[in-house]
Amino acid sequence: MEKRFFFEKYGLSETDLEKYLAAALGAGGDYADLYFEYLTSTALSLDESMVKSAAQGISAGCGVRVVTGERTGYAYTDDLAPEKILHAARTAALIASGPARTPVVSLKDQARPSLYPVTNAAADAELAEKVKLVFRADKAARAYDSRVKEVRASYADELRRILVIGSDGTFAEDVQPLSRLSVFVIARDGQLSAKGTSGGGGRHKFDIFLTAKTPEHFAVEAARQAILQLTAVPCPAGDMEVVLGPGWPGVLLHEAIGHGLEADFNRKKTSAFSGLLGKRVASDKCTVVDNGTLNERRGSLNVDDEGNSTQNTMLIEKGILKGYMADKLSARLMGLPNTGNGRRESYEHIPMPRMTNTYMLSGDDLPEDIIKSVQRGLYAVNFAGGQVDITNGKFVFSASEAYLIEDGRITAPVKDATLIGNGPDVLTRVSMVGNDLQLDEGIGTCGKDGQSVPVGVGIPTLKIDRMTVGGTGSAQ
Amino acid sequence: MATTMTAAEVDLRALTTAVVQRATELGATAAEAVLGEGSEFSAVVRLGEVETLKEAGSRALGVRVFVGKQAANTSTSDLSPEGVEQLVRAAIELAKITSEDPMAGIPAAEQLGQLEGDLGLYYDDVYSLSNEERIDQARRAEKAALGVDARLTNSEGGTFDASIGRKVLANSHGFVGEYRSSYCSISAVPIASDEAGNMQRDYWYSVARTLAKLESPEDVGRMAAERTLRRLGARKIKTQKVPIVFDRQTAGALLDHIFDAVNGDAIYRHASFLAGKLGTKPFGSNLTVVDDGTIAGGFGTRPFDGEGVPTRRTTVIENGELKSYLLNTYTAKKLGLATTGNAARGLAGTPGIGNGNFYLQPGEKSQEEIIKGVKQGLLVTEFLGFGVNLVTGDFSRGASGMWIENGELAYPVEEITVAGNLGEMFSNLAEIGSDLIWRGSVACPTLRIEGMTIAGE
Repeated sequence: MEKRFFFEKYGLSETDLEKYLAAALGAGGDYADLYFEYLTSTALSLDESMVKSAAQGISAGCGVRVVTGERTGYAYTDDLAPEKILHAARTAALIASGPARTPVVSLKDQARPSLYPVTNAAADAELAEKVKLVFRADKAARAYDSRVKEVRASYADELRRILVIGSDGTFAEDVQPLSRLSVFVIARDGQLSAKGTSGGGGRHKFDIFLTAKTPEHFAVEAARQAILQLTAVPCPAGDMEVVLGPGWPGVLLHEAIGHGLEADFNRKKTSAFSGLLGKRVASDKCTVVDNGTLNERRGSLNVDDEGNSTQNTMLIEKGILKGYMADKLSARLMGLPNTGNGRRESYEHIPMPRMTNTYMLSGDDLPEDIIKSVQRGLYAVNFAGGQVDITNGKFVFSASEAYLIEDGRITAPVKDATLIGNGPDVLTRVSMVGNDLQLDEGIGTCGKDGQSVPVGVGIPTLKIDRMTVGGTGSAQ
Repeated sequence: MATTMTAAEVDLRALTTAVVQRATELGATAAEAVLGEGSEFSAVVRLGEVETLKEAGSRALGVRVFVGKQAANTSTSDLSPEGVEQLVRAAIELAKITSEDPMAGIPAAEQLGQLEGDLGLYYDDVYSLSNEERIDQARRAEKAALGVDARLTNSEGGTFDASIGRKVLANSHGFVGEYRSSYCSISAVPIASDEAGNMQRDYWYSVARTLAKLESPEDVGRMAAERTLRRLGARKIKTQKVPIVFDRQTAGALLDHIFDAVNGDAIYRHASFLAGKLGTKPFGSNLTVVDDGTIAGGFGTRPFDGEGVPTRRTTVIENGELKSYLLNTYTAKKLGLATTGNAARGLAGTPGIGNGNFYLQPGEKSQEEIIKGVKQGLLVTEFLGFGVNLVTGDFSRGASGMWIENGELAYPVEEITVAGNLGEMFSNLAEIGSDLIWRGSVACPTLRIEGMTIAGE
């Protein structure tokens, strides 16, 4: 593992780090930490069969946090000169108003897992190879059907180097690669237009785009969706049975229950899930975990942004709420285990409890039996995202590919529909769980309090006995 | 803080032009550099106690180079001489792998320029308060909210935020422009519980470019409380088609979609339901939409756009007729039109399209009168989710609001969706309110729309 990056590049020493922590605790406080980040990124986009733009960026900085009780002071600098870091530390220290505290202790570097490659990561590939990907996607999408008229393909990668040190002795370095290939297609047939999107990636080597996650794979998928949507009928409106396909429709879990189980909301008792630990929140067929330890996944991390190893955390076991996702602050204030879910968008942001890869484990039902059991309903297999109000529990997510189910058979594709429900009870209506768990392709980005972080989701095929489907068609 | 910024001022302007010059020396046939500098402060008070204080400043630099008809962008937060040299060299190198695009380029020299005079974008008073005073603003907003009613039992807090920014833009035609901007805001997010323990949350805020125009924390808090309390006891309603009234917030969100649909990027890519409709009348005669980047003090006002073209007033839709798209240099060339001065430029990446002050021309009636005219219908006060397909105009979003019975607000409604097609929705504006109020760079009065579907029980 590539270590000591910040020490070499910026001439940092452990004595410096201890000095910064001392400045942060200069007016007391329970805890202080520093988060150093050095991020390099590359993005290419193709449009009208031309790579019209390419962009590269470098962003570096350091965020200093001081915590006293429930109070947090935060300051950051994008200049890593010692006097600037000290200034940030003193600014963050303004939150506290007591005598200086001596920060611990010696910083302890622990053995960490290695969930992703740090050499030969996608970011290290030749630019020319990255360019080939978007041209291949363009060609494959156009070859799929002559009605494919517009193709946009984009490739983006980044390499994020972090160093976290804390007054509790935390010392963690990590190098986090992330890459993604996306395809957007518009098909036209006479006056009708429709779109399709696909994409994926993760924290892996560049080779994955030449083997499993090829440009052709995503291009054909986006083109298929666009052509299909040309024939879509208006989506019905009203309550009905809903079957969710495996994989990306797991965004249901993310919105319906995931955010509601983040510890900060529960500490403040602002979540519809507050106080439900040990209670039934789902049917006994539902077991849901948040797992940051999966190899090369978009939502995975060796260490979270507070320097803790990530974990496989049981959230719901056979329908019973077992745990929340916690960061250091929530864990300490609530007396909960720290689950390694402290994440932040960048050094400019205060960490908070966030999801990693959130998914439901497989059940026993065969996907075809689930479809057969539905008289009239909706089969939704692709989604465009969602949103939740964690306080009243209401959530929505938007289906970009869905079909009617009539007499146990999948029939006509329907236009964009929004599904809406209530987080604390939607999973109690899950009556069948397929044996076909899939995780998404690696495209999810979650926003909370203005901070975006990459995440993963997944589900097996699920049947929900009743959900409200918002379309323009007549009620069934 | 003020003194250090003055000292650095000359340097940053010189630095930005030096980047352009260096790019030209290294082989760029055209170049454009942008430097952004900003400071932010935020205070959050929750249940009377300070929860977070955040303060910081940052600077970063971006450059766009053209080598013939090939283009590339780079950005960095490292403003050291080595960092800047690396930035420019990387951009030149990167341009080699992009495609020749006959339309690529910066604006023509004669298109460049900037509005003169004080546009009222920057007031240093937003940074004049002490930490204690800032915390006090946040505390007062929350306190006012929680004091309205005993059912307001919890809170996500009260906030006070301030930020100032400076942007310098230079290009190889010799253009150099810069402007400063300032913002301050107050918000409150109270939570109310009913007897059964069901919780509802809502918010209110005030934002301004100067403290002098910021609403009082008490007004913000009281409004947040009222909005939260009226949601208690919300019910689901049946699936049906009734007239829908959108309040200013949600109507503004609908108007955002119209901006997205006249965005030149979406137009030339045929990714908008309004592509190819220029000069036609896709909407009803009562619809007029304007983008104006020149309104003094406006949240969408700037002296020049992201490419150094002066901002202006553009009538986008006039009496239902689509009169203009919103364009930057590239999208204008693609469509055989002239730029409308709507280039939006962050530090990284290619310029996109941004709005100025984008608004729907108000009508005659107050919101109250519009609601009075509805026998049975729905007032939508919040959207949830993002279910909009710009290619087709299909619209389906989660919503909450108030049921209207005989012209009166009857009870709160939640867990429903409202769906329609944007093209049809803006052709069926039964009423347009008189209540155009700027709370951001997009403003829309209350709207009553016919023919949409509510999905519920």
